[in-house]
Amino acid sequence: MEAQSLTFLFVGASFALYIGIAIYSRVGSTDEFYVAGGAVPPLANGMATAADWMSAASFISMAGLISFIGRDGAVYLMGWTGGYVLLALLLAPYLRKFGKYTVPDFVGDRYESDAARLVAVLCVIFISFTYVAGQMRGVGIVFSRFLEVDINHGVIIGMAIVFFYAVLGGMKGITYTQVAQYCVLIFAFMTPAIFISLMMTGNPVPQLGFGGTLLDAPDTYLLDRLDQLSTELGFAAYTEGRKSTFDVFCITAALMVGTAGLPHVIVRFFTVPKVRDARLSAGFALVFIALLYTTAPAVASFVRVNVIETMNETHYSAMPRWFKNWEDSGLIAWQDKNNDGRIQYRAGAALDGAKPIYSPGRGEHGQRLLENSPSENSNEVYMDRDIMVLANPEIARLPNWVIALVAAGGLAAALSTAAGLLLVISSAISHDLLKKVFMPGISDKQELRYARLAAAAAIGIAGLFGIYPPAFVAQVVAFAFGLAAASFFPAIFLGIFYSRMNRQGAIAGMLSGLVFTSGYIIYFKFVSPELSNPQHWWLGVSPEGIGAIGMLVNFAAALSVCHLTPPPSEQARQLVEKIRIPHGAGAAYHHQQNH
Amino acid sequence: MKPSPAGARAYWRAHLRLLGVLLAIWFFCSFGLGILLADWLDQFRLFGFKLGFWFSQQGSIYCFVLLIFYYVYAANRLDRRHGVDEDADPAITDTPEQ
Repeated sequence: MEAQSLTFLFVGASFALYIGIAIYSRVGSTDEFYVAGGAVPPLANGMATAADWMSAASFISMAGLISFIGRDGAVYLMGWTGGYVLLALLLAPYLRKFGKYTVPDFVGDRYESDAARLVAVLCVIFISFTYVAGQMRGVGIVFSRFLEVDINHGVIIGMAIVFFYAVLGGMKGITYTQVAQYCVLIFAFMTPAIFISLMMTGNPVPQLGFGGTLLDAPDTYLLDRLDQLSTELGFAAYTEGRKSTFDVFCITAALMVGTAGLPHVIVRFFTVPKVRDARLSAGFALVFIALLYTTAPAVASFVRVNVIETMNETHYSAMPRWFKNWEDSGLIAWQDKNNDGRIQYRAGAALDGAKPIYSPGRGEHGQRLLENSPSENSNEVYMDRDIMVLANPEIARLPNWVIALVAAGGLAAALSTAAGLLLVISSAISHDLLKKVFMPGISDKQELRYARLAAAAAIGIAGLFGIYPPAFVAQVVAFAFGLAAASFFPAIFLGIFYSRMNRQGAIAGMLSGLVFTSGYIIYFKFVSPELSNPQHWWLGVSPEGIGAIGMLVNFAAALSVCHLTPPPSEQARQLVEKIRIPHGAGAAYHHQQNH
Repeated sequence: MKPSPAGARAYWRAHLRLLGVLLAIWFFCSFGLGILLADWLDQFRLFGFKLGFWFSQQGSIYCFVLLIFYYVYAANRLDRRHGVDEDADPAITDTPEQ
């Protein structure tokens, strides 16, 4: 069957499954809507957390990014997995014992302050919208490339599906669709990886094949070949880092702490029945995540070797179809600088300007013509990093059903994360803003109606972001992690581990962490982007890594203000005593329901 | 039976010790072997991997997984030893707290 009809079949079948689950798990109370009634088994929660966490960025972009930056890609691999250790050890069990619905709930109750709650609500909304914009765009890209549907129609179809199960099923619907989405996405990611590992190294386990020898040269290790190819073409050796050690340290720390502080991940641990289930499901979540995260760097190196060997010095007319398909999609461009009709792939940007601007008409070999003037170096190829995973099966000449599978997997990754984020936004509005601050008198039924309305509105806004992508999305992803690291993590951590921490300290910490981190990022990303290089960065720390310093600023401000102001109330201290001890988690939960 | 304040303090101290040890290992596997010592480790080889490269792109992640599962095991054991686990006294866990 044609790749396209197979893709329709796979995507259609997976969507039917998600809708079926949504109808099966409709909810009737806010308790079910926010935290699935606190009745999700740990294994299912582990899978749901993994799907919730692994977004279009993890599935589509990460391996491509690593394949272009090599060794330094480790910051994402360690940063986005190491945070789960912090989450499992320092946050999840105690927040589960606390037993309410949202992160602002904990901040507001522990510090007995609506001001702290509002700061937390604003952070939740900002972080989540930043993130969700990228997901909807990812849905659009997959639709347009594989199904030849207009990007905007793709976004609208994605919105309709998410609307269906998030508004109807709330957290319960989302949880069980996420379990299904995890299965789809991991199968879609592993299948081509195993194929390629077999083809290149003869080893079916990509994590081992990555360190193995090549089938076509049994004496050469794959990574040695890759280092050699890279240096020959003027790139840095693949297995050697280019960023400064201190910057790598800071970025990794910011991503780890940021991951542990992301509200849509934390809230997943409110959905399990017991404290020990929260611990265990963090472990399961990391296993399911690690499966993709240890495969991604292997895929990155396989694709890199494949791309260089297929493309470099090949005549344009002899290039395989994928190259021309992605050129038609505007994600590849070729400028024949030396007029030899062959593709020269070297280090450096091929074109002046960040993106190719195509002019109408074709060149003598059939390539799309460009308006960009050629750059000084001899590199002739522009290649968008995001295509590497999507194009991977085509580059490796895998069968059509694998291509269709990857499309369904990319959609599963984007939709599962989008749904989790939208739920967090809706509960921040209906629960933290309306029920807790502005309209405390509303009944459970009314609150549920507002939660559904908020979810529907959030989906609409997310869809608009997907159709009219704000140019700043890529720049603000650093923001999401930086803010989570510099605001939530210290506030929650101190709230649990330091019973002397009071309202004044927590608010001073969150505000100083926020102002410091966002000031630094705004300065280098928006005010003076031309200065954003290691010479000008403070201590050589990039905007991506500044959240780690922001976290230290938060801790320092919180601790000093805390000791200059009166200790917290007896009630707050008792809350701390209570959440530290697993005993009685069921009781906290019943107490909540009887409210 | 509800744990006494002294019992709760002893439990929390033991729990903090466990967290301290595990976080030290966490730091050593990721920031230590994967970043600070990675260049030095690169002189050793694990099949086709330079050892520092392997820790930064593979090994640290395996350590994280093992750490969490050990924590689950050790923390549950600690809860039971101090009588603060969730099944300690079903009669109390099922009644609403006052």
